[in-house]
Amino acid sequence: MQKYKKPLFFNPKLAEKIGTVALTVVAFLTVAPIIAIVVYIIYLGAPAINWEFLTAMPRDGMRAGGIWPAVIGTFYLTIGTGIFAVPLGVAAAIYLSEYAGDNRLTALIRLAIINLAGIPSVVYGLFGLGLFVIFLNFGTSILSASLTLSIMTLPVIISTTEEALRAVPQSFRVVSTSLGATKWQTIRRVVLPQALPGILTGIVLGLERAAGETAPILFTGAAFFLPRLPNSPFDATMALPYHLYVVSTQVPGMPIKIQYGTVLVLMMFVLIMNLIVTLIRSRARARRQW
Amino acid sequence: MSANKLKTSEKLITRGIQISGYSTILFVLMILYFLIAQGLPALTEVPLKDLFSTRWYPIEEYYGILPLILGSLVVTVGASLVAVPLGVLTAIYIAEIAPHWAKEILKPLVELLAGLPSVVLGFLGILILSPFLRDALHLPTGLTALTGSLLLGMIAVPTIVSISEDALNNVPETYRTGSLALGVTRWQTIWGVTIPAARSGILTAIMLGIGRTIGETMTVMMVTGNAPVMPGSLRVIFMPIRTMTATIASEMGEVASGSSHYHVLFFIAVVLFLFTMIVNIVASKISSRHMKRSERILS
Repeated sequence: MQKYKKPLFFNPKLAEKIGTVALTVVAFLTVAPIIAIVVYIIYLGAPAINWEFLTAMPRDGMRAGGIWPAVIGTFYLTIGTGIFAVPLGVAAAIYLSEYAGDNRLTALIRLAIINLAGIPSVVYGLFGLGLFVIFLNFGTSILSASLTLSIMTLPVIISTTEEALRAVPQSFRVVSTSLGATKWQTIRRVVLPQALPGILTGIVLGLERAAGETAPILFTGAAFFLPRLPNSPFDATMALPYHLYVVSTQVPGMPIKIQYGTVLVLMMFVLIMNLIVTLIRSRARARRQW
Repeated sequence: MSANKLKTSEKLITRGIQISGYSTILFVLMILYFLIAQGLPALTEVPLKDLFSTRWYPIEEYYGILPLILGSLVVTVGASLVAVPLGVLTAIYIAEIAPHWAKEILKPLVELLAGLPSVVLGFLGILILSPFLRDALHLPTGLTALTGSLLLGMIAVPTIVSISEDALNNVPETYRTGSLALGVTRWQTIWGVTIPAARSGILTAIMLGIGRTIGETMTVMMVTGNAPVMPGSLRVIFMPIRTMTATIASEMGEVASGSSHYHVLFFIAVVLFLFTMIVNIVASKISSRHMKRSERILS
């Protein structure tokens, strides 16, 4: 009989201990840069933030003054994206979750959504240029940029909304229909209210992504420098992410303070959106009845 | 009367919802149409041999897109080497090992990273990472493929973590308890049972992460130095390169609409579209095939 020799590394208890520690270290190292980034940007950006920086027009070729048009521009683009993407995305998700049968057409729709989610943002930019700016003649405008961003945001909203709708227990629907409600009444009065927190989370995450994008608006609506506010949806606009790109790479002799101020304002936008998501989730978890 | 009215309005709403669902197919077709309509003329204006040559210098009408394709590949491979191990291991930690408090810290941070605009990472790349790498590695410039890879790796991490974590969470609890009941440790269960069971989901996560890095634009445009040179050796990782996405983003603003250069840029977009489409379809096929198999096992 062969004598069993215990290999050095085959102490399962020890392996478990070492492995657990190693994975803990890896996981926290992976997120460490995020904390470092946030702290670093707040530390260096905060001194640049004052009332004038937030609410004044840029001056001296953007080397002085404020970033007000970029803040407002990003606000308009986010709202514009929401106007198109939210109704369409939520409706598409309702279709997939409540109406669609298990057939080829549904499979095709799912394939289309997967595809939309994977298309690079700069390719969306070219598509927007071709369809909205040139073919439909909307010009480089808030409208063209919002439409481009909203198609890009659709997959995020659809998939999160669908997931939220599917999480509503089937018994809710059965009870509602058995009480004589029609299918739409059931969806409107029972399913949608229950799924609302999940849907809102998806919408905020989608809009957060849209607000931070640069490549899709490069050729569809972003202005390099525009020392006034846009008057209509057919005006081009400055936007925070593009402005950050401009001040950090395109203008020589840009004061570092303005760069850090811009990046901080953009990051606050993202942090606030994330905070909203967290609040919605924790409130929903506390109130959930099932 | 009113019941009838209710019926028509319900019909209208149902129809609207249906059309919204179908619209996603329409959007993909429209995107494909506009890219191809503007990109296909490139094939007649520039001979195929020149299009797939090694020199990109549009001012003198050299439209060789090979250096751009290879540039994208170099950065994508580099980013995967960073993001795949970090992302998968983090997901394993969150799903299988982490105590509640650690999850509550890690998950929001990963989500925050996912929301961080790519210009912000590019900005930090220019200001911090690239000077650091230049001095640490004694390079002539810090704007290199390596800088791009490291930052793109960070961008791919959230995708890989969240989808892998879902895959691990979807492994039935009975698999784990069954394995533990046989007397092996939790650590052995993770590597011997849970991960193999979640394999296809983790693979999907990796594919989707890679898909994101191929398409990422602003970060690579800001930190990779934008030099469209052919990668000659492995040293390319320490040299400036240029990706397909950065080329489109930096040159589209300056070309005349309808010129050959314009058409070639759209052609590059078609190539990018095909790349990401293949990656995404493969990724979804992996996970759906596995789902069918496990459904068969369960029934």
